[in-house]
Amino acid sequence: MLIKTDRDAFNHPVPSDITPRAVYVQRRTVLRRMGSLMAAGGIAGWDQRQAFAQTAGWGQRPGALAELHGVAGRGDGFSVMEKVTPYKDASTYNNFYEFGTDKAEPAVNAHTLKTSPWSVDIEGLVKKPLRLTLEELLKLAPMEERIYRLRCVEGWSMVIPWVGYSLSALIRRAEPLGSARYIEFVSQADPKTMPMIRSTVLDWPYVEGLRLDEAMHPLALLGFGMYGEVLPNQNGAPVRLVVPWKYGFKSAKSLVKIRFTDRQPATAWNKAAANEYGFYSNVNPTVDHPRWSQASERRIGEDGLFARKRKTLMFNGYEAQVGQLYAGMDLKKYF
Amino acid sequence: MRRAINRFLGSPVAKPLWFFLSLLPLVWLIFGATSDSLGANPAEALIRASGDWTLRALCLVLAITPLRSGAGLTGLARFRRMAGLFVFFYAVLHLLAYGWLDMGLDLDDIAKDIAKRPFILVGFSAIVLLMLLALTSFHRAIQWMGAARWKRLHSLVYGIAMLAILHFFWMRAAKHNFQAVAVYAAVLASLLGWRVWRWMTQREPGGMLRVRAIWQRLSQAAQSRRPPSA
Repeated sequence: MLIKTDRDAFNHPVPSDITPRAVYVQRRTVLRRMGSLMAAGGIAGWDQRQAFAQTAGWGQRPGALAELHGVAGRGDGFSVMEKVTPYKDASTYNNFYEFGTDKAEPAVNAHTLKTSPWSVDIEGLVKKPLRLTLEELLKLAPMEERIYRLRCVEGWSMVIPWVGYSLSALIRRAEPLGSARYIEFVSQADPKTMPMIRSTVLDWPYVEGLRLDEAMHPLALLGFGMYGEVLPNQNGAPVRLVVPWKYGFKSAKSLVKIRFTDRQPATAWNKAAANEYGFYSNVNPTVDHPRWSQASERRIGEDGLFARKRKTLMFNGYEAQVGQLYAGMDLKKYF
Repeated sequence: MRRAINRFLGSPVAKPLWFFLSLLPLVWLIFGATSDSLGANPAEALIRASGDWTLRALCLVLAITPLRSGAGLTGLARFRRMAGLFVFFYAVLHLLAYGWLDMGLDLDDIAKDIAKRPFILVGFSAIVLLMLLALTSFHRAIQWMGAARWKRLHSLVYGIAMLAILHFFWMRAAKHNFQAVAVYAAVLASLLGWRVWRWMTQREPGGMLRVRAIWQRLSQAAQSRRPPSA
């Protein structure tokens, strides 16, 4: 009764039901437009997720480790406009002697490193010595993505999208005393998880250091990840230092202790060869290493096999940002 | 066993086989370069690998005489020249890799590098000496120089071996990475040491040990120079 059927007699279309000819002729276009509208609505949601995975145009997350997302860093020098080194090269060409002295060895051997549980001790000339767990460190400040140049003293370089926050955030949390002038960074040196530590190549644990004003500079990064993920073991997991205007060995890996002191720390490579590796080790094409020139470098993964090496930049291209830290300093004497 | 080896070494297939095997490292390196399987820094890998193979070829050529005289593998005699020339061959590849891949064939930069880096100067000297040996490696040169002079010239290979180890040691010193250096040094020390031992235990005509004869002559000379006791 309510539902009209053929037995209810009057059941054929009325003229008002007729589709206008103009609409009928464009029916396929209408359908297509409706379809793309629906698709756009669907993609919008998917695209937002992709935006988290794909960052700053350098490509997709490698998908090898847990994600560590950072907001694109907005500071001066926080993001260089150069081609990012392929993840494969950045994660298989490492100097991490605790896992072997050959560049390919850390990627093979570093699986023995235990990155959880992890904590960093903060001691020395601070208001109160602290021990911060990795979880506390991860929440200390908002994670940023910084695309930095990395220049090794050996004459090669990379461009790496790090994830972390400025070291100054940790320093402020540590509340150093007025007498503190330097910071000493100590890396993990556990013979149970780092078998090569028995070699006498360097003094262990690996120690590095910065002047307090260098460490407070916004460019100095406490790094927790790279390429949108947590650090691979061979790159210094779970937390490391990244000081882009100095030679790479200053960027200590796998930090376990940060000590505030009033005396210049005795750093690993300086102890090994004081005339070759200075405390400052700022990237400087005009100051040669005693045994090779520092005027040029090979950019890993970019220049072809027969391409010429490129010119090294003063302070690794960060002269505008950090130059004033060394105003008036004789950089040949304090190398 | 020894006779079987000597017989094989004398067969017509031995030399071409040795030649082919000696070229395999180069083939492997070219394959690695074209298939991008040399790692993140292929230029460095090529320079290091060609240097490694030069050292190995050097150990091989220096092992021929001990194996020939000491172990009785006399069939090795006719492989000495080819083995020696392959040392030169890989040394030239190593030099080419450095000059082209590292220095972009810039002669000015290379000259500056030789002046600034002692280990490059040492390497260069070694290759210059190797070139001397390579140029005088054929029969006409032996005839022209005379056997004794030629032998003295080619004993320069011992000096080349020491320059090569020093070059390798100095290069590795930057990273305190001496394991491989120690191995090559031990091998070369024993191969050269064998020759020192052979020289010392040789006998003069008359049966006396040469070392003893030289010692006698030296002490006699010292005595004759001493002023007469008052």
